[in-house]
Amino acid sequence: MSELLSGVEDLDSFRDRLRSWLKDNMPLAEPTTGVRGQLSDEEELADVARNRVLQRKLYDGGFAGITFPKEYGGAGLTAAHQDVMNEEIVGYQYPDRIQVPTFSPCAAVINEFGTEEQKLKYLPPIMKGEQIWMQMLSEPGGGSDVAGAQTTAVRDGDMWTVNGSKIWTTGAWWADWGLALVRTNWDVQKHRGLSVFMIKIHQPGIEVNRIEMLNGAKEFCQEFITDLQIPDSDRIGDIDGGWTVGSRWMFHEKSLAISRNFIRPVADPAPAEVDSSSPVGLARKAGRLGDPVTRQLIGEGHALDLVQEVAGNRIGQAIGGKHFSDQAAGLGRVLSGVIRTQVATLNFELAGATAVAWDDDDQDLGDLGIGFLMRQAAQIGGGTTEMSRNVVSERFLGMPSEARKDRDVTFREVPRG
Amino acid sequence: MELDLTSDQKAFAETTRRFLGDSCPTSVLREARHDPDGFNRAYWRQGAELGWTTLLVSEKDGGGSISGRGVNDLALVAFEFGRVAAPGPLTATNIVAGAVSRSGTEEQKADILDGLLSGETIASWAHAEPRPFDRLDQVNLQATRNGDGYVLNGSKAPVESASQSDLLLVSAKDGDGLTQFLVPANTAGVAVTPMNTVDLTKRFGRVTFDQVALPASAVLGEPGRAAADIERQLQLAVVIQAAEMVGAMDRALEITHEWLFNRYSFGRPLASYQELKHRFVDMRAWLEASNAIADAAAAHVQDESGRAAEYVSAAKSYIGVYAPEALHDCVQMHGGIGVTFEHDLHLFLRRVTLGAHLYGTVADHRERLTSILESQESINV
Repeated sequence: MSELLSGVEDLDSFRDRLRSWLKDNMPLAEPTTGVRGQLSDEEELADVARNRVLQRKLYDGGFAGITFPKEYGGAGLTAAHQDVMNEEIVGYQYPDRIQVPTFSPCAAVINEFGTEEQKLKYLPPIMKGEQIWMQMLSEPGGGSDVAGAQTTAVRDGDMWTVNGSKIWTTGAWWADWGLALVRTNWDVQKHRGLSVFMIKIHQPGIEVNRIEMLNGAKEFCQEFITDLQIPDSDRIGDIDGGWTVGSRWMFHEKSLAISRNFIRPVADPAPAEVDSSSPVGLARKAGRLGDPVTRQLIGEGHALDLVQEVAGNRIGQAIGGKHFSDQAAGLGRVLSGVIRTQVATLNFELAGATAVAWDDDDQDLGDLGIGFLMRQAAQIGGGTTEMSRNVVSERFLGMPSEARKDRDVTFREVPRG
Repeated sequence: MELDLTSDQKAFAETTRRFLGDSCPTSVLREARHDPDGFNRAYWRQGAELGWTTLLVSEKDGGGSISGRGVNDLALVAFEFGRVAAPGPLTATNIVAGAVSRSGTEEQKADILDGLLSGETIASWAHAEPRPFDRLDQVNLQATRNGDGYVLNGSKAPVESASQSDLLLVSAKDGDGLTQFLVPANTAGVAVTPMNTVDLTKRFGRVTFDQVALPASAVLGEPGRAAADIERQLQLAVVIQAAEMVGAMDRALEITHEWLFNRYSFGRPLASYQELKHRFVDMRAWLEASNAIADAAAAHVQDESGRAAEYVSAAKSYIGVYAPEALHDCVQMHGGIGVTFEHDLHLFLRRVTLGAHLYGTVADHRERLTSILESQESINV
């Protein structure tokens, strides 16, 4: 009722309009085949280009950035409309690479803290698929301790000169812009000397280096920043007030599982796809499907998959309904991290020796061995599970804080190895 | 327990919580270990007045629920049972009442339901069998046709509240199919031997059937075609069990949370040690996950969805591991006091330990999940 009065399109009408538009405009999703295999660089760039095209289609249809204001290229609708989008998009291709971190946290942060000029300059290109954004957050000196950034910007008139290095930037080699947390004052307490800048990734002063992971993936990058020049007009938030922006930024990052800032197709309500790349198919190929122990491993893994899904929904619902504080989001992060490592282990076990030494035609079983090698990534990326356990225990369960040496001194005086 | 309850559901759960709190202080539970029945009939009748027995029975049969979703409402009661490790044949009686309402003749309903709904009579589901037939879905008790009637031979164990039950619902092999029988406990040839158990107040018995002659009117549902009803009953039993285990876990974590703040060593509360903080967060995460999968299973079973069996087995596979694991961690964090009879923790540890192995072990349910996946595969192909 209130929606009708306020002039926002009602959900049923939105759903009808969206449904017929998707049918006429968006390509159908291709069946997923288990784990997304390693793409060649050419394939990866082609996929990025496909993402941009899909985002542009959404924009032209009036369905880009559902919850972002119309004046910045969004659809100007509500979280409930985003939920409808998340339901209706199931079965269609969508620009999956442009959702996180481009729409959230990056566009969400720009929308909250940007000046009118900044929002007009940066949000429409995001909505149109012209700019893909990344987070320039972690540094070689510290991953989880993001407020300990040492990459430094020094002001000179209308320009800032930046030096330092950022690391673990996903896809920086093909992305366009980054949101960067940078130190602008070493002589105040650590959280009071930070500022946030919007930085074009591919320009003089930034060298992007791709990091090879132990499984051969080269998705993560490190940026070496040397005398980079940034105009002050690309600073977002106050000088030395970066942690105000950063806190919301971190909030958006921790809330991705419940955010309405981007498209997250609802988990497919249909039964799990059981095919040759699923645990049942792989165990059969490994000749172990008749073995009761293997059958228990498969069942355990499937139970864990379902638990991860429903637990994530419950924690989101609990935060959304104010049963829990925002800080409880870390519970979901711990659960999903732990469950992904458990499932990687179960899948490794069901393949037997083929997972560690395999013929060419058993690559899918060998991938389970490689997956096992990469197992802990699920508990590291996006902040370690240990960090989440600290946050949940202290800010959700009210337990005493860990002792720290960076509170009552200037950043320059903080001990560092 | 579900997060967003209606105000009626909240009041319903709150009433049960208050009643259980008053009737089952832990001192009473400790005493009950010497009681051969584990609960008294007056307590059960009062519980029935609060609505514990009607939830799986249709309204036209005199039953009904608070929300119109009886399975969900029953899960609320079971959660509260878990939180105090309450006595009483909650699973046993509800499974039988629900089965009679679902598949019984008008005559059977008239004979049986009034007593069960009012709490005057107790019934139990005699389905599990002693080894070597103790795997999930194994039924070896034989029903032989005898004129218009049947003769039963075999045994069932463990049967909850067997010695206390007036009526047994018995699953039997009948030719190529399965048949369920409603057997008064005093029928000639039925004998109950009490068993020992890890729980303080739940009671189990071994029931033997020696040439037990039954009329055709004892059959519940269609002869030879009880498999679907039995599956439904199993799903309901696991849903109740899962909710009860989550309730026990919930209370044990509450006790332990308080302990971590109040217990000091080396001049600091236990809650200030990072090792314990981190472990407790994991336990809290298991609790949320257990709540989530238990509720999902209850909802699928209430809706009789095509994925009910899958979610039920997922709930058992997960909670069957993590409820006992969390309880043992609670014990560990308490130290020596945690393994004494005087402390309350073992009441909850007992309840989740029982739940881990009844109505199919974790291993049974994991294998069941794989069979479910295989059946989906054949549909996809």
